[in-house]
Amino acid sequence: MNAIIPARRAPARIENVSRRFILKGAAATGALVLGTSIGLPKGALAAYNTGAGGMPHGVVTDPKVFVSIAPSGEVTIIAHRSEMGTGVRTSLPMIVADEMEADWSRVRIAQAPGDEVKYGNQDTDGSRSTRHYLIPMRQVGAAARAMLVAAAAKRWNVPADQVSASNHECVHAASGRRLGYGDLAQDAAAQPVPAMDTLRLKDPKDFRYMGKGKISITDLRPITVGTAVYGADVRLPDMKYAVIARPPVTGGKLVSFDPKDALAVPGVEKVMEVQGWPWPSKFQPLGGVAVVARNTGAAIKGRDALKIVWDDGANAKYDSDSYRAELEASTRGSGKVVRNDGDAEAALKSADKVIVGEYYLPHFAHVSMEPPVATARFADGKLEVWAPVQSPGGTRDDLAKTFNIPVENVTVNVTLLGGGFGRKSKCDFAIEAALLSKALNAPVRVQWTREDDIHHDFLHTVSSERIEAGLDKNGKVVAWRHRSAAPTIFSTFEAGAKNAAGFELGMNFVDMPFDIPNVRCENPDAAAHTRIGWFRSVSNIPHGFAQQSMVGEIAAALGRDPKDVLLELIGPARIVPYSPSVEKPWNYGEPVDSYPIDAGRLRHVVEVLADKGEWNRKLPKGHGLGIAVTRSFVSYVGMLVEVAVDDQGKWTVPRVDACIDCGTYVNPERISSQLEGAVIMGLSLAKYGEITFKNGRVQQNNYDNYQVLRIDESPPVTNVHVIPASADTPPSGVGEPGVPPVAPALCNAIFAATGKRIRRLPLGQTLAT
Amino acid sequence: MVKLQVNGKDRSWDGDPDLPLLWYLRDEAGLTGTKFGCGQALCGACTVHVDGTAVRSCITAMSAVDGSKVVTIEGLHPTGDHPVQKAWRELNVPQCGFCQAGQIMQAAALLAGQGNPSDDDIRSGMSGNICRCGCYQRIAAAVRVAATGT
Ligand code: FES
Ligand code: FES
Repeated sequence: MNAIIPARRAPARIENVSRRFILKGAAATGALVLGTSIGLPKGALAAYNTGAGGMPHGVVTDPKVFVSIAPSGEVTIIAHRSEMGTGVRTSLPMIVADEMEADWSRVRIAQAPGDEVKYGNQDTDGSRSTRHYLIPMRQVGAAARAMLVAAAAKRWNVPADQVSASNHECVHAASGRRLGYGDLAQDAAAQPVPAMDTLRLKDPKDFRYMGKGKISITDLRPITVGTAVYGADVRLPDMKYAVIARPPVTGGKLVSFDPKDALAVPGVEKVMEVQGWPWPSKFQPLGGVAVVARNTGAAIKGRDALKIVWDDGANAKYDSDSYRAELEASTRGSGKVVRNDGDAEAALKSADKVIVGEYYLPHFAHVSMEPPVATARFADGKLEVWAPVQSPGGTRDDLAKTFNIPVENVTVNVTLLGGGFGRKSKCDFAIEAALLSKALNAPVRVQWTREDDIHHDFLHTVSSERIEAGLDKNGKVVAWRHRSAAPTIFSTFEAGAKNAAGFELGMNFVDMPFDIPNVRCENPDAAAHTRIGWFRSVSNIPHGFAQQSMVGEIAAALGRDPKDVLLELIGPARIVPYSPSVEKPWNYGEPVDSYPIDAGRLRHVVEVLADKGEWNRKLPKGHGLGIAVTRSFVSYVGMLVEVAVDDQGKWTVPRVDACIDCGTYVNPERISSQLEGAVIMGLSLAKYGEITFKNGRVQQNNYDNYQVLRIDESPPVTNVHVIPASADTPPSGVGEPGVPPVAPALCNAIFAATGKRIRRLPLGQTLAT
Repeated sequence: MVKLQVNGKDRSWDGDPDLPLLWYLRDEAGLTGTKFGCGQALCGACTVHVDGTAVRSCITAMSAVDGSKVVTIEGLHPTGDHPVQKAWRELNVPQCGFCQAGQIMQAAALLAGQGNPSDDDIRSGMSGNICRCGCYQRIAAAVRVAATGT
């Protein structure tokens, strides 16, 4: 859910997606396309713009693309975004159904294949689906409703404004006549698609499904009975099963291999080289040796028996211990200045007190429960793929490019994703399956094992964060210097990239919202030695950790209530302007008029948390409360964590309160579940999250030495508080923004309980003494 | 030749006796409801019942289930309405859903052995099953609902 760069494009092109390009894409199908600067129809709609039009292929709102009605009355609505656990496959069609007055029990959802010309952008990442598609999906539903009403009016020969639509039928009140959607289906389809500026959207008070949280996800029953189809559940006739041994060091190559013992394993049919691309190559496969068998178990056993010689290449010396020392040294020196307000240097020099915090966060692996997997069939110059991909359109483009065939000859079928968290925005595994299918002239499934997943992930970066805060003699923070050094995601696209991209800088670094007169942000160089990628909430994790931990450190130095200090730093309710010193400010791709940095909303989250989370409650001995709040993915999320630390330093979390302001929303029940999950993921990374390298190789293998939280160590109570908003408050992200405040709230709580300040993650089960 | 019953149906396997049951079920028998998450008995995604006991099929060799009755998520209940399945739906437990077949099989075995587990029993009984999406609060609540109706 995390890709900020549209997955398929090289960096140079990312900033250049022009509106003309989008319109051209639309003209090809005659679909109606809206882009940010094209604007929304006046008067008919909530008046806010989004960055949707700036995404590759923009937005499509043609009801004929998204809705079809059978004579039986069954309404089929297309879900064009990928389902990885957020509920989007249900939420977006639910918006259409509500707006078109379809009865949800008669709605079927069909998953779109990768086809962005037809459906608009499909990159399911960046916590964008609801924020970009709430209004377009309402438009689709309203247009479909208008066509049904027009068809009924024509049938009855009455003016359309005398006909209304309600719960799957059209009604002529004056005569009492009614016609079901099934009866009207054919006539409605023959109606012209109404112009967007003539559409009337429902009054929010008439919503049946939106905002209510009463609709369960469409896959609920199939998931509980084992029939839901994930990436590895597609079975084709004569399909082969393969696993691949990949170079253990990023940028390494195959030298030679001996297949003899592997071929002796029962069920193994073939051992062959797989093409790899030199690093960095965006999302192209790493190459290696494939073992092809009649089932996955045989392929894995065969691979264990392979003898392979690798050339480790340029990253053979990557070592996490020495790299950490390097990064920390770099944040102690100066770096590229990326924000500069006032004179932080001078203000630090003349400050009454300077507080310095050095924070370190290691690489994290995504370890979605479903490891990468894909099935492909390459036949007669046509390629069909079944895969759990977050970026179906990008996957299609990358496949077409890899095999030099027209995109029309590539079909990407999107299965359910067993978790994504950004890993599945990269389609290397789908390309691998296609390479093997082409070579073997048979359908092939490539299954990654958990070890493969951990060894060859596109990891979350590793970072050193250093903040110096200068206080005057009244205890007011007058200077803030933050240095952040971390290998950039750009390094996966561009060899030698060493500085943060705009979107990384814009994640709680140069957009830091505090009311401080002298602020300087610096970004020292950091070279990458492995594949770096998006991980749920991306750079907000290290930046937010440092920023919110420093608030706790300031409060401690002043001997004041951390919540009060946090509110004081946020300052009065106001729109915080982006510092003019920031070159190309980045706002999650959204226009600032609709999505400004709103200090009032940030404050409000803190206040709600303090109230509902009972900030002033009495705690048993050894317990402490910590609070943190961050704005990310244009949402405002805070966490209030209670920790309990025993005499041995073993810590547990009895209760967490989470609060989100994500503007207007569609399915509060799924917002709750996303926040509950974010708490677990945030605690997982705080407790265990660490991938380390030695001799260029990842040292962790599976869930035994790359642990994630289990149920017996999870908080028994997580309360989620979703702040209500009117229908014209622009919707904002939900999938990712819950993660960043968790770890700093936890560490602030540990400080409250023990007086010990944690500046390095992970903590482990027991606090070091 | 390994002979076994899967969801009430007699089956046999004359391939590699070391093949993990998981891959037999998924790739040979076409029962894809049972999931692969780690292959090392670390995550519980592959949990099935062998003669009524919850086992990790990823480390259970075919030779070990000769003569056994295996039940997978597809066979847990004829209409998919086992109290655990119903409780899972009532509380909207799943996010991505990938771990849930294993969670449900584990919970069903837990409740079969222990009708009314305490909260601690639930937390320890379910601790071998990872949910990367973090549905734990609801999993615990759903096991309670399945056990007691509340
Ligand atoms: S796949 Fe068997 S326990 Fe994880
Ligand atoms: S629901 Fe996704 S892993 Fe459990």
